[in-house]
Amino acid sequence: MHIPIQVSQTDPRPMYLQIKEQLRHRIAVGELQPGEEIPSIRALAVSTRVSVITIKRAYLELEHEGVILTRQGRGSFVAENANLGSHLQAQELDEQLTAAVHTAALLGIKGEALVERLREIERDLQKRQP
Amino acid sequence: MSTDLPANAFCLQGVSKTFSYFRLEGLNLSLPQGQIMGLVGPNGAGKSTTIRLLMGLVAADAGAIEALGFRIPDQVEQAKRAIAFVSDDMRLFSNATLDWHMRFVASIYPQWDELYARQLLKRFNLRAEQTVTKLSRGEHVKALLLLALARRPALLVLDEPTSGLDPVARHELLAELMEIVRDERRSILFSSHNTQDVERICDQIAFIDRGRLVDSRDKESFLERWRRISVDVPTGVVLPRLADVVDVSLGERVAVLTTDNYLPQTQALLEQSGGRVRDVQRMSLEEIFVACVMRSREREPS
Repeated sequence: MHIPIQVSQTDPRPMYLQIKEQLRHRIAVGELQPGEEIPSIRALAVSTRVSVITIKRAYLELEHEGVILTRQGRGSFVAENANLGSHLQAQELDEQLTAAVHTAALLGIKGEALVERLREIERDLQKRQP
Repeated sequence: MSTDLPANAFCLQGVSKTFSYFRLEGLNLSLPQGQIMGLVGPNGAGKSTTIRLLMGLVAADAGAIEALGFRIPDQVEQAKRAIAFVSDDMRLFSNATLDWHMRFVASIYPQWDELYARQLLKRFNLRAEQTVTKLSRGEHVKALLLLALARRPALLVLDEPTSGLDPVARHELLAELMEIVRDERRSILFSSHNTQDVERICDQIAFIDRGRLVDSRDKESFLERWRRISVDVPTGVVLPRLADVVDVSLGERVAVLTTDNYLPQTQALLEQSGGRVRDVQRMSLEEIFVACVMRSREREPS
């Protein structure tokens, strides 16, 4: 049940968020299946060499988001929800778009101009990989 | 003591100690079982004194100290059976080998784990047949750590454990420390200059400066509360005075605020006044530590 999660201290995202995102990603791509057991908080703390309190925070938030559930004394599991994978992928996309909208706002690009910029990028990508 | 473990690995209440040139004042500090605490402070802040008080090596002038449920210093002998302590000024017997030291410690402490000791030899890249005089400074520290870890202590106390270690040995040590708290009945207190190590593996953090506890809380709330906010300030706009702002660096058009209590409404308050919040940054533990110490020194000039 070892999950190779990497936490970087030069990543501007806080450590608990890096752990959340990597777990969510592994669930989204189906590497971790609904109902599958995931490492206990302390086991993941040992394997990532990150404090128990940080892992606990990541697990608590994933629990609130309905991604995992913890049964007292029996461990933590990926939630039994068939649509979880695609839902999480949508959530990942939303997070990245949110970051992009923030950056655009700093540059004074918004509304229709922002949408047009996105279309341009999509067209460029399609040209490159037909 | 194994059946009825206290909730706290240790607890200091209102502890004071005066030396001729240094005073530790009204220290309150406790660590729940199963957690790691990092004691962070500049040189001469009182980190080692705090540890020595806890280990019963010096007696407090006032206050109460408990370790693993035992009163210190009255019951220090009982407490020491399950506490291991390493500081880098400890010396081993110079003419004896590391193997001799391992047998010596094993004869005193029945919980000594010989198999684990042999694993640590390999992981720390040490040789048992080496005499102490032939050890480099880093090897000496690793030998002390091995002798402490293989006792499988319920409380491990380390004074600057990573100083003098090369990056590989430091990495191995952090992994061994995390391995200890896999067991939720074992705890660690360590003092360090290396805020990066502390930020990574500690659950609780205590900042100490000039003999005073500056701040102490769990790491996640430390990191969650502090932010640096950059605000563009158009001409004519005056930013509101916010209660939790610790530091303001004001340029002509840009202000950088440091707060120790960032709330979702902080940004809105700044923008209502006409400022434009350009960036809200998290701070590293080192930056938080420096800001904490600077604020404490402003409030209590020496």
